[in-house]
Amino acid sequence: MAQSKDEVLAGLAALVNDETGVPVESVVFGKSFADDLDIDSISMMTIVVNAEEQFDVKIPDDQVSELKTVDDAVNYIVSAQS
Amino acid sequence: MTTIVVTGIGATSCLGGNARDTWEALLRRESGIRLLTEEWVETHELPVKFAGRVKVPASEVLERIEIKRLDPSAQLAVIAAREAWADAGAPIDPKERVLVDFATGIGGLNTLLDAWDVLKEKGPRRVLPMTIPMLMPNAAAAAISMDLATRGGARTCVSACASGTESIANAVDHLRAGIADVVICGGTESVIHPLPIAAFAAMHALSTRNDDPASASRPYDKDRDGFVLGEGAAVLILETKEHAEARGAKIYAEIAGGSVSSDAHHITAPDPEGNGAARAVLDALTNAGVTPADVNYINAHATSTPVGDIAEYTALHKVFGDRIKEIPVSATKSATGHLLGGTGALEAMFTVLSVHEKIAAPTLNLDNQDEAIPLDVVIEPRPLPHSIVAISNSFGFGGHNAVIVVKSI
Repeated sequence: MAQSKDEVLAGLAALVNDETGVPVESVVFGKSFADDLDIDSISMMTIVVNAEEQFDVKIPDDQVSELKTVDDAVNYIVSAQS
Repeated sequence: MTTIVVTGIGATSCLGGNARDTWEALLRRESGIRLLTEEWVETHELPVKFAGRVKVPASEVLERIEIKRLDPSAQLAVIAAREAWADAGAPIDPKERVLVDFATGIGGLNTLLDAWDVLKEKGPRRVLPMTIPMLMPNAAAAAISMDLATRGGARTCVSACASGTESIANAVDHLRAGIADVVICGGTESVIHPLPIAAFAAMHALSTRNDDPASASRPYDKDRDGFVLGEGAAVLILETKEHAEARGAKIYAEIAGGSVSSDAHHITAPDPEGNGAARAVLDALTNAGVTPADVNYINAHATSTPVGDIAEYTALHKVFGDRIKEIPVSATKSATGHLLGGTGALEAMFTVLSVHEKIAAPTLNLDNQDEAIPLDVVIEPRPLPHSIVAISNSFGFGGHNAVIVVKSI
């Protein structure tokens, strides 16, 4: 079922927090995973694996490197759900 | 010969969440062996329903992120290492001269088997990318090195149930070779999972006293029926005496020497003649610059298996002759269970504390001593003389024998 951007953001923030300890309130639009949130590639891959399950979407490996910001990830998931 | 001393200790075990609590519970003759409450015990109809879980779960000590990033065996290692490091006064100087030599018998088994379950149930895309770095056997050594920011090398010692003792013998070698100023050594294990329980039970290696777990680990008793699986970690900080004194560190005891040997006899059964084990004891004593006549305390391997306890006795008799009847022997697995790759480290820590506090640790559950093993087993904590030369033995599947010599300062 498609979710709103805000719903996906909240779910994604919880996944990021669970994997890295970054506070959920820091995971907001406009932030870069690597540069702003200091998330390394292996954590990013873990977040992707968990996001695929939580949001019931498929994020191909070649797409992961394109998800540089919170906006990229939320937009990708929302569009994949629809 | 360079004198090597212990300046820090740390542990987490089924008796307590740190070295002091573990030691005091041991001296109170407490058992850490309890029934397992996990659902899988009944789901898999395991023939053994008890073990020695750590008393303080790692989740109560470490950050949630640390729990997620480390296999339970590495979690326990980090807990014990932080305690030992702080106890020693965190002797980084420089960190390139601090070496980790750390043991595990099996490694990240929980991570491996959990990931296998995920693969089977949900497919390969759900297997987490941290799986390999969490299950690799060097994960605990690497975690300690990273956590304490030590850069003198992080080695992993794997020799089944001899691993923890071998790690300490290695540490002595490293310090004498001058390749480090400080060595963080010890061992860890956390494999209380249905698979190893089923596998050890298939070998008839485990006690099946499900009706009375606290009495199940009973080394030297006529009715012993196998070992009891425990978990935990113990860490010793070793350095040269010169280095310790220069920085004003407190000193617990001396690790005077150590040695390893191999049976080349059978993959699991000990050599019934005890030749390999006896050689390890003799070589360790030679390495320590002492003789069998000097030894006045023993922390035995004593797993509580019918054949293992006899084989160790045979080896000890070979080394000490009839004088073995006069040397106090502690079998502390009676309280802690068998920590596999962590066991030698925990028993080394007990031996160090026995030497430091001049008290022999008690042995539980010795109701009817096996007449074939006429040792002076320490039942109640017993005072030791001022000057102590002690040995701590460990033997492992594969025919590994490891012995260290602990001396009073």
